[in-house]
Amino acid sequence: MAQALNRALRDALAADPDVHLLGEDIGTLGGVFRVTDGLAAEFGPERCADTPLAEAGILGAATGMAMYGLRPVVEMQFDAFGYPAFEQLVSHVAKMRNRTRGALPLPLTVRVPYGGGIGGVEHHGDSSEAYYMATPGLHVVTPATVADAYGLLRQAIATDDPVVFLEPKRLYWSRDDTVELPATVEPFGRAVLRREGADATLVTYGPAVPVCLAAADAAREAGWDLGVLDLRTLVPFDDATVCAEVRRTGRAVVVHEASGFAGPGAEIAARVTERCFHHLAAPVLRVTGHDIPYPPPMLERHHLPDVDRVLSAVARLQWEDQV
Amino acid sequence: MTIVEQPAATRALLPEPEPHRVLGTGAAPDARLWPELYRLLVRGRRLNEQATALTRQGRLAVYPSSTGQEACQIAAALALEPRDWLFPSYRDTLAVITRGVPPAAALGLLRGDWHTGYDPREHRVAPLCTPLATQLPHATGLAHAARLRGDDVVALALVGDGGTSEGDFHEALNFAAVWRAPVVFLVQNNRYAISVPLAAQTAAPSLAHKAVGYGMPGRLVDGNDAPAVLTVLREAVAHARSGGGPTLVEALTYRIDAHTNADDATRYRPPEEVAAWRERDPLTLLARDLRAHGLLTDETERAARADADTLAAALRAALNTDPALDPLDLFAHVYATPTPQLREQRDAR
Ligand SMILES: Cc1ncc(C[n+]2csc(CCOP(=O)(O)OP(=O)(O)O)c2C)c(N)n1
Ligand SMILES: [Mg+2]
Repeated sequence: MAQALNRALRDALAADPDVHLLGEDIGTLGGVFRVTDGLAAEFGPERCADTPLAEAGILGAATGMAMYGLRPVVEMQFDAFGYPAFEQLVSHVAKMRNRTRGALPLPLTVRVPYGGGIGGVEHHGDSSEAYYMATPGLHVVTPATVADAYGLLRQAIATDDPVVFLEPKRLYWSRDDTVELPATVEPFGRAVLRREGADATLVTYGPAVPVCLAAADAAREAGWDLGVLDLRTLVPFDDATVCAEVRRTGRAVVVHEASGFAGPGAEIAARVTERCFHHLAAPVLRVTGHDIPYPPPMLERHHLPDVDRVLSAVARLQWEDQV
Repeated sequence: MTIVEQPAATRALLPEPEPHRVLGTGAAPDARLWPELYRLLVRGRRLNEQATALTRQGRLAVYPSSTGQEACQIAAALALEPRDWLFPSYRDTLAVITRGVPPAAALGLLRGDWHTGYDPREHRVAPLCTPLATQLPHATGLAHAARLRGDDVVALALVGDGGTSEGDFHEALNFAAVWRAPVVFLVQNNRYAISVPLAAQTAAPSLAHKAVGYGMPGRLVDGNDAPAVLTVLREAVAHARSGGGPTLVEALTYRIDAHTNADDATRYRPPEEVAAWRERDPLTLLARDLRAHGLLTDETERAARADADTLAAALRAALNTDPALDPLDLFAHVYATPTPQLREQRDAR
C-alpha cells in the first residue's frame, strides 16, 4: 500500500504544479514509512519539503498556502502527533469555506498514518477518526486496499475541500499484485461490498477490513454467510449502500479499531437503526477497541478486534428468534 | 522600557543581538502624509465610538474597541500595497476598514449575521481571527506560497501581547524565519490580555526581543506615534519584499476602552494608569505635531471630524436595518458539494 500511496503522490505532483508536500522527515528520508520516498529528489525540496518540527505550524502554514491557491498535502508523522495541529484543523481548516461563504475553500489534504497492530509503543497506535468525523467541514477517508490507496488519495488531493486521509499503518506493507497503477480515481461517498453474504453484514473500514474478511471466511464453518462492506469514506457517509445491504441481510455488526464509546460505530448503528428498523432481525452490534488508552504493544492483540470477537458478535445476532 | 544588556560574547554570536528601538522617528513632518494620517485617525476614533454605541443598541453582538490603538490600525493598513495581504485579529476592524473593506462588512462578524462579512480575496484581507495567534501561521504560509509562485506579495499579520504566548506565535515566526517568508508580524502591545498584564505574560525584556531567538530583525516602536509606526512597518514590508525575510515589530500602545463592551476594566486597571495613557493619545500627539508645523488648522480639523461623522452615520444606517437571513444558508458553504447527510438535513427543514 505504501508504494501505491507514493505513486499517487508522485502522479499528483506531476499533474499539478500547485501540489506541495509538507511534513517531518518526508524529504531526504522519504518519510518514516517511506511513503514519500524519492519525491524530494524528483520534484525538489520545495515541493516535498521538510518543515520545522511543529504540527500546528505545518497545518497552519499549509492553510495559508491553500488560501493563496496552492494544494498542500501535509503528512502527520503518526496519528497521535497530529494532535498539536488540532486547533488549526478544527477552527480553521474545517471552517474556512463556511466562515467566508465559500470565498476561501481550502483544497488541503492531511495524511495521517493511524491505528495499531504494528507493535508500536505508546502514542503510535491511536485511531483518531472519531475526532475528525465529529468536525463538520472535513472529509474523512481511509483506504483498505492497494487500489483504493491510490484512487482515494488522488481524489483527496483533487478535492476542493480539506480531507483527512487516514492510512492504516498495518496495511502499509500489504501487497496486491493484481492491481495495476495508476488505478481508477474513486469518488468519495461510495462504500464497496468486498464480499457478498446473505446472512449478516459486517460494516467496517480501514485496518479492520482484512479482519472482517478473515472472519467471514471462518464463519463459513459455522454456517454463516457474511457480507463485508468497506465504507472507504467515513465522511461523506454512504447511507444508501449501507442501508441497502443491511436491509437485504437484516443483521449488521460494525467493526473498527477505535474505541466504541461515542465512536464511529455508535453513529453507524444509530443511522442503520433509524433507517432500517423494520428490516432488522437483531440490534446492530459493535466490535471495537476497548474504551481504554491505546495499550502497550505486548497487550495490543487483546484490544484490537479479531476474528474471534467478530464471530462471537455474529453469534449474538439473535439467530434463535428466526422464524 | 529598558533593554537588558547582552554579554559581549553572546552579542558577537548573534546577527542582531537585540531589537532596534524606534520610539519615534524624529523625522520632519511630511506635509501630505501626516495630515492624511490624522484624518484617518479621527475617522478611526469615530468608528470605534460608533461601533461601541451600536453594541448598546443591540446592533452589534460585541465590539472589541481599538480606541487608543488607532495609530497601529491605520499604519498596518497603509504599509501594504493592494496586492499584499492583511491578517487581522478580532480587534483590528479599523485596519480592515482602512484597507478598503466597507465598515458594515468589516463588522459582519461582530454583528453576527455571518462569521466573515466580506470576501477576503477582494481586498486581500483574511477573516478577522478570534482563536489567538492562529492567523499568524496562515500569514507565513500565504507569504511562502506567494514566494514559491514568484509573486511580489507581502503578508502583514496583527497579534496582541497576550497572543505572543501562544504556541502558534512561536511556530509562525519560526517557520517564517526558516523559509525567509515575506511576512511582517505586528504585535500591538496594549499592556493587557483582557485582565492579565504583560508582566504575567512574559519575562522577556521586550516582546521585540523574541525576534532574536528566531533569527529575524526585531523593532520596538511607539505605537501611539502614527508616523513612527508607519515608517517602521514600511521598512519591514520593504525588507520582506526585497527577499530579506520576516520582521517582528512590537508597538507599545494602550487599550483605552475595556477589552470589549462586555468587560469591566476597572476591576483590573487603576484609573490613574488610564489617565496617563490618555495623555499619550495618538490623535492628540499627532495633532500637536501638525499644529506645531502649521499643518493643521481649525478648519482642516473640522473637515476631518465632518468626514468621520458622515462615515459613522452611514455605518449606523447600514446596521440599523435588519440583515436578510436565510436559514438554508446554514447548509450552503460547509462543503463544495453538500454531503447526502447535509442535503437530508436541509430538505427536512
Ligand atoms: C486560543 C484562545 N484562547 C483564549 C481566547 C479568549 N480571549 C480572547 S481575547 C483574549 C485576550 C487577548 O489579549 P491580547 O493578545 O493581548 O490581545 P488584545 O485583546 O489585548 O488586543 C483572550 C484570552 C481566545 N480568543 N483564543
Ligand atoms: Mg493585549
